[in-house]
Amino acid sequence: MSEAALLEVEDLSMRFGGLVAVDGLSFTARAGEITALIGPNGAGKTTLFNCLTGFYRATSGRLLLHHPTRGDLRLERMEGFRVAAEAGVVRTFQNVRLFPRMTVLENLIVAQHRALMRASAFSLAGLFGLERYRKAEAAAVARARDWLERLQLLDRADHEAGTLPYGAQRRVEIGRAMCARPILLCLDEPAAGLNPRESANLNQLLAEIRDREGIGILLIEHDMSVVMGVSDRIVVLDHGKRIAMGSPEEVRRDPAVIRAYLGEEEDEDLPPEVAADLGRDGHP
Amino acid sequence: MEPSSPGIARHVKEALLWALLAFVLALPLIGVETFPAVTTLGLRPRFGAVAIVVAVVFVARLLLVGLTALRKRRIATLIEKPVRPLAGLASPRVARIVGLLFLAVAIVLPFLPLDNRRYLIDTATVLLIYVMLGWGLNVVVGLAGLLDLGYVAFYAVGAYCYALVAQAFGLGFWECLPLSGALAALFGVLLGFPVLRLRGDYLAIVTLGFGEIIRIILVNWASLTGGPNGISGIPRPSFFGLPLTPTGGFADFFGIAYSPDQRVIYLYFVILALALGTNLLVRRLRRLPIGRAWEALREDEIACRSLGINPTLVKLSAFGTGAMLGGFAGAFFATRASFISPESFTFSESASILAIVVLGGMGSQLGVVLAASFLVLLGELGREFAQYRMVVFGACMILIMIWRPQGLIAHREPSVRLKADAAQS
Repeated sequence: MSEAALLEVEDLSMRFGGLVAVDGLSFTARAGEITALIGPNGAGKTTLFNCLTGFYRATSGRLLLHHPTRGDLRLERMEGFRVAAEAGVVRTFQNVRLFPRMTVLENLIVAQHRALMRASAFSLAGLFGLERYRKAEAAAVARARDWLERLQLLDRADHEAGTLPYGAQRRVEIGRAMCARPILLCLDEPAAGLNPRESANLNQLLAEIRDREGIGILLIEHDMSVVMGVSDRIVVLDHGKRIAMGSPEEVRRDPAVIRAYLGEEEDEDLPPEVAADLGRDGHP
Repeated sequence: MEPSSPGIARHVKEALLWALLAFVLALPLIGVETFPAVTTLGLRPRFGAVAIVVAVVFVARLLLVGLTALRKRRIATLIEKPVRPLAGLASPRVARIVGLLFLAVAIVLPFLPLDNRRYLIDTATVLLIYVMLGWGLNVVVGLAGLLDLGYVAFYAVGAYCYALVAQAFGLGFWECLPLSGALAALFGVLLGFPVLRLRGDYLAIVTLGFGEIIRIILVNWASLTGGPNGISGIPRPSFFGLPLTPTGGFADFFGIAYSPDQRVIYLYFVILALALGTNLLVRRLRRLPIGRAWEALREDEIACRSLGINPTLVKLSAFGTGAMLGGFAGAFFATRASFISPESFTFSESASILAIVVLGGMGSQLGVVLAASFLVLLGELGREFAQYRMVVFGACMILIMIWRPQGLIAHREPSVRLKADAAQS
């Protein structure tokens, strides 16, 4: 089982002063699978993402990434930008973070910065208009174009990203992350603010990325139609601890999950539709 | 639209409030006049002047209200269809034509048979220095979004580097030019390191401090920099090894009569070439990964990091590139004036350059030219207003900020387009 593991989170903890946001968390995520992280608000999901992608330094524990070409990497020891650049762990954000005044195409090309920098010898080759750089740029544009086509955004390529509707901005952000050639894609609530049709399309897109690219996807999501529809495995967090893990079916029936979501403890504050989705028996 | 009587009462009340404000401000500023008494300064009240100011403010406020009421209907149509006098310049084709037009004028300018040709060329040279500085600062402020209030420091480093190296080793302008740029770039990177974590206001304060530190060092390190007396006798640039002197130089070599204008025109073309080089470099860099990373950094630093872009390198390269261009301009400044002192590198210079970038529209090359022209011409025309020059300048700045808060040219041209790409393939 551990041979297939792409990411191993081992006994990870993150403390902010007295507050324990992530408390001894362990789980694994595999390539070619979508692993969903769910849990009530404040369960530590985004904190985990921030530790994983180098925005926070974990207080203790290990984040082991089995990189297909670079061997085993310890993410918790890497500087923020290197996690994306060298380990290939790329994330999106809960509140979309595009480059709003740049065009959609430019957003997708900026994501290929490192490859282009290498091709242009830190821009020097590009400065003198060498063939090498022109080829690399054409390849970058082609890749961006390919993703825009898949995301049905081709006609928006030359528009400023900030002027797109919200749902389209979410898609651009996923496309941009994919242009950075990740081996593990971390999506922080990609369905937030999407209408039901857009959510359904997102399901399809995520399944397609998983099947065609063969990369691992980590997914934080509150929209249970997305989580239950597309996840291969679900990890349930509450108060920074893992309270359940397994297939959607297993998680749905887990008494600890139902307890956490339906709130035997009074301090839990959960949107009723989420509780309803979880409590429901039939698979959509 | 007929203003009703309670409306008028309100407007009068508001105008009275304005008059009161004017009174409070005018009392210490205008209400007292100094005159030389026997041993000290005497003070004389000027209540008449205060009364005039207060009355003018009162009436002006009422007029403003009246005008607004009259034009309300027209304003309503304005909102529906905004008038943008410079919107035409936003289109890349028009901008290109205007740019080429500027260039053509710049090339023929020194040969125009005008009486005040010398004055014209001198003014144009100053203008081009500001244009070049504006284009350089545009890399840091307009593209990378790092607010730099101490840009003049790099200008100073370039100027002093040339002056000192030229005097110590007897090197000429063209040998020292790259050296000045390199040293200024080094200073840019040095400044970049401590400010890596800062953004916005905090960054502005630190860069402001850096600019002052450089100036104060120049003033106080008298053994090296000559202190407040500056450095004089800085060598002039040569024309491919031919000095532009009355004998044995350019004029003799080409067998033409020597004229002091030749040097002025030559200097003019040197700065024109430097400015054009800057323009080409910055335009090219914008289309390269590093330039796109600068802009991405301006837009969202956290997103940059999440995509594997090293923000440290991106920031330092922006600081370094901007500083290098400032250093080139500084070396030219030193060789043109043949004399430099810390006086020339005060904060107000930094502020002027920043004003050019902001007025022109962040990141716009043509905007910088327009804004620099505006600033320099205003300075020249404003000589007649003498002491009211800065008032006029301030008023113009406020008007432009109301009229076009994004700067004269706010349009951003994408660095790459899919459409053009499709047309090629």
